[in-house]
Amino acid sequence: MQYLVSVIADETYSATDEEMAATIAFNKGLQADGYWVFAGGLTEPSTATVVDNRGGEALFTDGPFLESKEHLAGFWVMEAPDLDVALELAAAGSKACNRKVEVRPFQ
Amino acid sequence: MSEAITRAHHEEWAGVVAALNRRFGDLDTAEESAAEAFATAVERWPVDGVPPNPGAWLTTTANRKAIDRIRRENKRFDKQKEAQALIGDDPPEPPGAVDDDRLRLIFTCCHPALAPETRVALTLRLVGGLSMPEIARAFLVQESAMGQRITRAKAKIKAARIPYRVPSAEDLPGRVSGVLAVLFLVFNEGYLATGPDTDPVRHDLTAEAIRLTRLVHGLLRDDGEVAGLLALMLLTEARRPARVSATGELVTLGEQDRGAWDATLIAEGHQLVRERLATGAAPGRYQILAAINAVHTSASDVRDTDWSQVVALYDQLVRLDPSPIVALNRAIAVAELDGPDVALAAVDRLEDALAGYHAYHATRADLLRRMSRVRESRSAYDRAIELAGNTAETATLTRRRDQLGQH
Repeated sequence: MQYLVSVIADETYSATDEEMAATIAFNKGLQADGYWVFAGGLTEPSTATVVDNRGGEALFTDGPFLESKEHLAGFWVMEAPDLDVALELAAAGSKACNRKVEVRPFQ
Repeated sequence: MSEAITRAHHEEWAGVVAALNRRFGDLDTAEESAAEAFATAVERWPVDGVPPNPGAWLTTTANRKAIDRIRRENKRFDKQKEAQALIGDDPPEPPGAVDDDRLRLIFTCCHPALAPETRVALTLRLVGGLSMPEIARAFLVQESAMGQRITRAKAKIKAARIPYRVPSAEDLPGRVSGVLAVLFLVFNEGYLATGPDTDPVRHDLTAEAIRLTRLVHGLLRDDGEVAGLLALMLLTEARRPARVSATGELVTLGEQDRGAWDATLIAEGHQLVRERLATGAAPGRYQILAAINAVHTSASDVRDTDWSQVVALYDQLVRLDPSPIVALNRAIAVAELDGPDVALAAVDRLEDALAGYHAYHATRADLLRRMSRVRESRSAYDRAIELAGNTAETATLTRRRDQLGQH
């Protein structure tokens, strides 16, 4: 079972050196214990481009699709046997990157 | 006959749902097949007689209903589980398996990833066997809204794979306290109902909370807090007959007719408190609250209450739970021991935290009244009446206010 663990950040966006170091250490643990699938950090929301090609001609719009105080700053995809394990990993991840995280199962 | 079915419903419902969920891995199937099995019992038992082992009969029947259902809906489900379900109706269960199943079900319903009000609704439905209209009525919400909440919760349990198991020893205390919080919420809603159109005390809810807590106590015999919560509920429920006056007012502990208290429930509650004391283990919140209630119910006259013991127990509780509500209740006991002026000073320090809580103002009003500060007492009663949600409590507060002299 795979879970998407999204990192939610507010305006104070960039991670500190300490947060980076703790996150890298956490990632190594995920890899060593077999929970790691994929992970990545994202640049600021203002660097996003929205693309809409539902109408036959692709429209490109500058900026994030949602203006909000909180943004997706990065994510993990984790392999875990059930939600209890996923929540435990997410709690450790939240502590490491010092941000709130959201756990959502894949279909 | 209807008595036999009601008893079977009380005793067997949770076990049937739990066994089916284990077998089919699907709470929807488990719940609906259990409901169908009980409906079949209502039809068959008056004709065929009550089976010698009602629980086994109900599980077997529900199991067949579930298989019919799966075939009918042509649902794909785990091949191994399908095979397991189709081999014989009653594979031998290891001793204690039914109890383990029920515990798993309770922990699933009270999982911390579900919203608190959803945990309450799921527990009442899947463990308590209450119908959707009953649960909707209990919490004064639309039946459709309650149905949606339960459906969403079952979908989340499945999609997010909330595990069906008893938590590990390391996680158990935290998860048990989550279960107890759900049961206490149900009990409190029954004991001081908040709706303008409900009875002030809802015996259906207090009784259900006690029944479920008894079930959990039976499954986790050594857990002190489970025993503590059960004792607390019993000692509170024992006072229910004296709690609302003939004129529909809430009667305070000090003014209750103690002869109307239920001596059997008090004896059972006291026994549980004594058993916990005998273990010598450090008590948690519910055990301390139970001990406080044991002191109150030991006094056959309010003047015989051992207030120093009550205050000492509150001191112990404050150390575990330094919340303003605990501090408020401690102050009420302090008023009896050291006088209303000492208590009022303690209560006034809680204003920032409790200004929106009716009991804060009701307590101040009462203390000020006893100190003959009538004008201030009156305005505190006004505020308490504005904030109180319980009809019988509002009636008492209104009378008290109107009996203040003119100053």
